[in-house]
Amino acid sequence: MMMSGAQMVVEALKREGVEVIFGYPGGAVIDIYDELYKTREIKHVLVRHEQAATHAADGYARSTGRVGTVLVTSGPGATNTVTGIATAYMDSIPIVVFTGQVPTKLIGNDAFQEADITGITRPITKHNFLVKRVEDLPFIIKAAFHIAKTGRPGPVLVDLPKDVLQAKGKFDYPNEIKLRSYNPNYEPHIKQIERAYELLEKAERPVLLVGGGVISSEASEEIKELAERLNLPVTMTLMGLGGFPGDHDQSLGMLGMHGTYYANMAVANCDLLLTVGARFDDRVTGRVDAFAPMAKIIHIDIDPTSIQKNVKVHIPIVADCKRALRKLLEVIKIGAKPKKYWKERFKDWWEQIDIWKRRYPLTYKPDPNYIKPQYVIEKLYELTKGEAIITTEVGQNQMWTAQFYKFKYPRTLISSGGLGTMGFGFPAAIGAQIGNPDKLVIDIAGDGSIQMNIQELATAMEQRVPVKIIILNNGYLGMVRQWQELFYGKRYSQVRFEVLPDFVRLAEAYGAVGMQITKPEEVEPALKKILELKTLVILDVHIAPEEGVFPMVPAGRATTEMILV
Amino acid sequence: MNEKNEKKHTLSVLVENTPGALARIAGLFSGRGFNIDSLCVAETLDPTLSHLTLVTHGDEFIIEQIIKQLRRLVDVYKVVDVTEEGDFVEREMALIKVRAEKETREEIFRICEIFRCKIVDVSPKTYILEVTGDEDKIKAVIELLKPMGIREIVRTGIIAMKREKKTL
Repeated sequence: MMMSGAQMVVEALKREGVEVIFGYPGGAVIDIYDELYKTREIKHVLVRHEQAATHAADGYARSTGRVGTVLVTSGPGATNTVTGIATAYMDSIPIVVFTGQVPTKLIGNDAFQEADITGITRPITKHNFLVKRVEDLPFIIKAAFHIAKTGRPGPVLVDLPKDVLQAKGKFDYPNEIKLRSYNPNYEPHIKQIERAYELLEKAERPVLLVGGGVISSEASEEIKELAERLNLPVTMTLMGLGGFPGDHDQSLGMLGMHGTYYANMAVANCDLLLTVGARFDDRVTGRVDAFAPMAKIIHIDIDPTSIQKNVKVHIPIVADCKRALRKLLEVIKIGAKPKKYWKERFKDWWEQIDIWKRRYPLTYKPDPNYIKPQYVIEKLYELTKGEAIITTEVGQNQMWTAQFYKFKYPRTLISSGGLGTMGFGFPAAIGAQIGNPDKLVIDIAGDGSIQMNIQELATAMEQRVPVKIIILNNGYLGMVRQWQELFYGKRYSQVRFEVLPDFVRLAEAYGAVGMQITKPEEVEPALKKILELKTLVILDVHIAPEEGVFPMVPAGRATTEMILV
Repeated sequence: MNEKNEKKHTLSVLVENTPGALARIAGLFSGRGFNIDSLCVAETLDPTLSHLTLVTHGDEFIIEQIIKQLRRLVDVYKVVDVTEEGDFVEREMALIKVRAEKETREEIFRICEIFRCKIVDVSPKTYILEVTGDEDKIKAVIELLKPMGIREIVRTGIIAMKREKKTL
């Protein structure tokens, strides 16, 4: 069938089952927008800034497990997506970003709205393409979606010159695609699995460490089965939260810089660390040579580069987490040791962990005069029964959420872990809500972060997206202030906002509901109220201004060197 | 990083002959702080693939990372650590423009003969020598020619090939 390049793009999106695109039009992509105008099968969400389009597609992808799709114009439209692409890349999130480009004849000419976006995004995409001939379009789009969602997922960018979009060619969309140079390995090596089991059998103080790979490979059922069968203590990275129920008896919560005392102590003292889909980021390990110093490490990951990158691993298993765990469970069942055996075997280890838990539980000091942010999150968890999808911005708001909201299910915490992108949470919440229209979606924000993509209030209103924004407002860039307090002699350099908008009136200006609270007793009624509202709400919560996030491991220190309060 | 454990490695890489593939590889090295000592690229018999010989150095963990990171690139078809697998032929070519006055010409000829260099250009005051060999040979020729006055050197960088039937 003969089609224009622009028609091919829209047709290919339909074939890929894309139901929604986040985008912003411009000169180079008018032809695609003209085709979108004629179709009813694909919903287009018009954002107010291209960065938000990528974050929204990212939030959509994280919360649904489907590929997020973005469409923007050339030049500034394309460069504005860079932060969102880098965010998705660091957290291995599948999105496909279509950018317009100047006509092929003008490429390299410094034409109007020209940017070498494939060059710019090469280090922050899993792969990218510049389409030079219209007949290549179907194959490239098929490949883009295939690469984005297979193996270790990640963002893929497709750059579309205007003349390619206008040219006509034959549309022959492949059902299957094979790329000779790209063949991710899914199946684990059985010998390695058996060796892993041998180590598990010998272990006396094991810990199961769950990362984001468990969520992207949909392996949380297998993790739960493994943990329960062997009676393993489970800790999670920020990206892994929800991969194992946070309210489970065996959950130690998050580990690392702002992890729990008992999770960090358990890892520091374990003799076996079974790591699934985590990459030993510096925020998790602290000083590397003091990380799990007594432990043999088993590392399951689909990306070979994650293995042996930061810590030495004894048994590497390159495979899809889900399939590797299934194989391991099979081997365990052949071993046929009953649950009771394992319970007995790790009894002493659990007693030690319980001592740590009792000694320094995750806690904070209530104050009758100030709202404590941790209390807000605790109450929110209680009132939502852990059933909401929570997005966060970055900084203290993110860490308090990770600590005090006990994520029960995968894909319910949507947070920029690797890149740490302020301004991520709100557009990501819009994407998550569009992908999950029947769920409650809440953005936990700070007064700094929320202002980085505040313009998306218009998008949310236009799309009738009833996201709840809770601003933990301390008038500071709180995490930097906390570092300045602890490590820079309280020299608060450029972290205080002299001017903050009136968030209530700001919400109202966009036609949303705004509320503000300042006293602890207002927290519960206010939360109850916003959870009942069927509209976009900003709840501006004035919290104790100098509250810190604790425990805290100072950067570059061993994870056992925690500041506890 | 213990510098004592650093070792030179020659990697043979087959990569899709697409625009951007080389930039991706170069960017990977600069972005992750790896070293490129030399790099040589050309088309293979199959015009859709390019062959790339890359010389780098680092300890075993760095080299492992480099190889894995290269393999992770969607455009990279195959990576072989030629140094690790052993038994290979390594060659480099250099063009050396050296001052050739009356009193030094004789000596240059002698060096050429010993090292099987070719004189590929002659001017009243200079010769251009073409020398092929492994790194040590090229180094030796350069050292010997230095006293005569080397005007310019251009080197291709190393290419390598495994011996016997072991084709890449």
